[in-house]
Amino acid sequence: MKKRIGVYICHCGTNIAATVDCEGLVRFANTLPGVKVARDYRYLCSDPGQDLIQKDIQELSLDRVVIAACSPRMHESTFRNLLSSSGMNPYLLHIANIREQCSWVHQDRIQATEKASQILRAAVARVLGQQALTPRKFGIQPSVLVVGAGIAGIQAALTIANGGMKVTLVEKAPFIGGHMAQLDKTFPTLDCSSCIFTPRTVEVARSQGIELLINSEVLEVTGFVGNFKVKVQKNPTFVDFNKCTGCGDCVEACVLKKGTPSEFEEGMARRKAVYIPFPQAVPLKAVVDKESCLFLSRGKCKKTCIQACKAGAIDFEQKEEVMEREVGSIIIATGYDPFDPHLLPQYGYGVYDNVITGLQFERLSSPSGPTQGEILLKDGTVPKAIAFLHCIGSRDENANLHCSRICCMASMKQAHLAKEKTGADIYEFYIDINAFGKGYQEFYKRVREEGIYFIRGKGSEIFKRNGRLVVAAEDTLLGTPLEIPVDMVVLGTGLTPRRNAERVAQIFGISRSADGFFMEAHPKLRPVATQVDGIFLAGCCQGPKDIPDTVAQASAAAAEVMSLLTRGEIEIEPTVATIDPELCAGCKLCIEYCPHSAIEFFETKGISSVNEALCKGCGACAAICPSKAARQNHFTQHQVLAEVEGLVT
Amino acid sequence: MKIDPKTFTKDYLLHLCIQCGTCTGGCPVKYRSPLNMRRLVRETYFTDPFPSLSKRAEIWACTTCSTCSLRCPSGVKNVELLMAIRNYLANKGEVPSTIRDALENTLMQGNPWGRFRDRRADWAKALGVKIFGEATSETLFYVGCAPSYDPRVQRVATALVKIFQNAGVDFAILGKKESCCGNEIRRMGEQALFKKLAKDNTILFKKLGIKKIITTSPHCYNAFQNEYPDLNLPVQHYTQVLVHLIETGHLHFSKELGTSVTYHDPCFLGKQNKVFEEPRKILASIPQCEFMEMERSRERSLCCEGGGGRMWAEGGTEGKRNAEIRIREAVSLGAKTLATACPFCLLTFEDSVKTSGLADQIAVKDIAELVDETTK
Repeated sequence: MKKRIGVYICHCGTNIAATVDCEGLVRFANTLPGVKVARDYRYLCSDPGQDLIQKDIQELSLDRVVIAACSPRMHESTFRNLLSSSGMNPYLLHIANIREQCSWVHQDRIQATEKASQILRAAVARVLGQQALTPRKFGIQPSVLVVGAGIAGIQAALTIANGGMKVTLVEKAPFIGGHMAQLDKTFPTLDCSSCIFTPRTVEVARSQGIELLINSEVLEVTGFVGNFKVKVQKNPTFVDFNKCTGCGDCVEACVLKKGTPSEFEEGMARRKAVYIPFPQAVPLKAVVDKESCLFLSRGKCKKTCIQACKAGAIDFEQKEEVMEREVGSIIIATGYDPFDPHLLPQYGYGVYDNVITGLQFERLSSPSGPTQGEILLKDGTVPKAIAFLHCIGSRDENANLHCSRICCMASMKQAHLAKEKTGADIYEFYIDINAFGKGYQEFYKRVREEGIYFIRGKGSEIFKRNGRLVVAAEDTLLGTPLEIPVDMVVLGTGLTPRRNAERVAQIFGISRSADGFFMEAHPKLRPVATQVDGIFLAGCCQGPKDIPDTVAQASAAAAEVMSLLTRGEIEIEPTVATIDPELCAGCKLCIEYCPHSAIEFFETKGISSVNEALCKGCGACAAICPSKAARQNHFTQHQVLAEVEGLVT
Repeated sequence: MKIDPKTFTKDYLLHLCIQCGTCTGGCPVKYRSPLNMRRLVRETYFTDPFPSLSKRAEIWACTTCSTCSLRCPSGVKNVELLMAIRNYLANKGEVPSTIRDALENTLMQGNPWGRFRDRRADWAKALGVKIFGEATSETLFYVGCAPSYDPRVQRVATALVKIFQNAGVDFAILGKKESCCGNEIRRMGEQALFKKLAKDNTILFKKLGIKKIITTSPHCYNAFQNEYPDLNLPVQHYTQVLVHLIETGHLHFSKELGTSVTYHDPCFLGKQNKVFEEPRKILASIPQCEFMEMERSRERSLCCEGGGGRMWAEGGTEGKRNAEIRIREAVSLGAKTLATACPFCLLTFEDSVKTSGLADQIAVKDIAELVDETTK
């Protein structure tokens, strides 16, 4: 039967029309086989533009539509919806991209029009062979996996659980809270971090809707939006949490006298092998670290902890446990690693005791920290002068190019606390002050009023002279080199992607941007989604953020998840692969090449078959299949070759 | 070579500068001259006043230690810019007379001091060293200008020859065919002469069938390793060779050193080429050598001011020399010997030990000499 194709050419204002002769293109389209009608219009995506197409479909009984306009990434779904609402199958549409791939990249009008004609001819040739496809519908599991229990994960989990859905919250550490739990006060309001945060962590522990898995990691994710299957490994804490009362008797009894550097205290204090991370920890339970435990690492210990525990909670027999959960959606909130200043040796970190990182300063300043909140040097004395160096490991081609956003404010807040607590002379070495948030510029003014010296110049080097630390820099506003002696240097270390970000990205099938953080689906319009449907991002795993922005993004991720899950069912693109059982020789090459493990082999029949629910429609099997049994819907050999022929004719 | 200040911004990425001052803050001559690298980048970025800008005497104060470029957070090529400005001046003949002489000498005699080319290998006469032309080898011991002519550094070259012979290393030197590597020539602004030297040396090395090069000086090492476009031969600084000889059991220590030693990282070996461990490993394997680390070491080593043509520049700096600061640091640490692994560092320190009157408290030695003393 002869096809009746409607061809519509968009001017996109002058975006296309200035470079491509749209009227000429209409005349050309009318010469192509199967074209019933061809028109051009200023903005096809506008309501009148869509009305024009709809009217044609109905009055001229069109059975194929070609839109020559912008990239299909922009408006393919717009026009597919239009076809649906006009009574056509949406897969009988093809978009000819004459904007991004033609008018925007060329200047010569004649040549650009010629190229647009070729693109259009290919589109018409292709659309002739396109077939009607029907999206498949699947049910949605009304439950969510949140990975990481810092402030981002906690905010998202609580929001979703309070909305009545089940949340599994997985945390790698033996406690929840992440970096926010380590902070003393928060800028610019100087709220005590644990005071505002502890109620939230306690709420997580008490929430009926949240299953909290601490000391746990996600091993594997299979399935697809609405129906993910997740394997989580719970690592042993060697303490039975049902019995442990958090009394700390075991910690007292542990024979590891010298202890090992405490992760929570950023190495500023030492902990035993069995320990409670910090006094407000949730859950408030003891855990055994198998690296430092003498019994677990060397097999030799009197096991005094077991004797000391009246509840009988210590259990060295505990093993890893792998569990499976089925969830409809996933939020990744795995946070950041602070920049390791050993990588910039000019700052003497690791060489000098009193060169510390921003997070280490937080622990010093925290009332629950190793000095009960006093700002002290390693020898226990009070510093008389302190330097804060901005942009350490950020905005630096030698480390990370990105701005870590929080360090200017964190440094100024720490300068304020240090001034208040010690009265020391305080120097802030900065390049630019990025005081970007609500109340931040006001805070900057406040610390200036407090008499903190701001020196516009990046710290170049730290060395020691006459027993004191010296910061070498330039006062760039005066053009004068400086060497300022101080007692303590706080490095404003930036935020970097987690060291295991690549592995996490692989497990979830998501991508990373050039800076190494996880990549959002669109930097402006889809800032919490990923390229994988049903997987969302929250907090610093997507890029450096302060607490307000993290909480906002986590709430947004929760809203996305709830919007998805309340739909009840989800449509999946029908552009998947199929394998013709008549042609399949059972060579299994496709199974080897399928990146999504979507192809199964049926031993009884000796053939392979695609699981449509798992297939992402990448086409790898169709390309590799030697007997042409594997076919990619909407990208069949016939359709693709017709398109190529259209281009080269 | 044609130099156009209008392309400096593009060539040296001046437009990327965020004016943070990391360069000036870490500059070893920041208190010794008005040179301000940050400001120089900014001023050159606006090329209009360039001719007057380039007349400033401080252009010649830079030691090309490269601390500024290595730390620059924006990837600005500060030192390359400075060398281009010097090149621009050299093309116009506006270079200090002592620098001009060094450049001319290199053209005429193959060394910046203008010593006779024919006498380049005199130091090696009694040592039984193979010389390319009369004998052959796969390994070139490229001696360098200072070790060939300066009596103090000749002792380093001699020590190295003895060590190599002792360890059974097959090698030969170029003798009077050896010409300056050009590293300092390029840094003094004579890009064209550098290119000629690089080309001639490369052709010579290839013609002689040389497969591998060992250098005395980190400066020559840097030129061969990083700046000769067509060399493509493995190059080692002698400290890398000695570590290998020690570790593979080819070099045995027979004597105890019996003193305390600290080590100064030469800029062209350490911060520029990241050879930090080898010199320390050598010192650690010398018997009875008490090693002490100075406050400013490795990436934070304070430049001795011997590089970038400063060996041939007169004045341009004021105040206490870095070499003297360095000597005092070593003395206050309690070290009896300040060791280094670079002819220029050795010479600047020898000078400063004398001028500061500390000669009775500390000796300046090259690591090669310490190894030679303890392996005889």
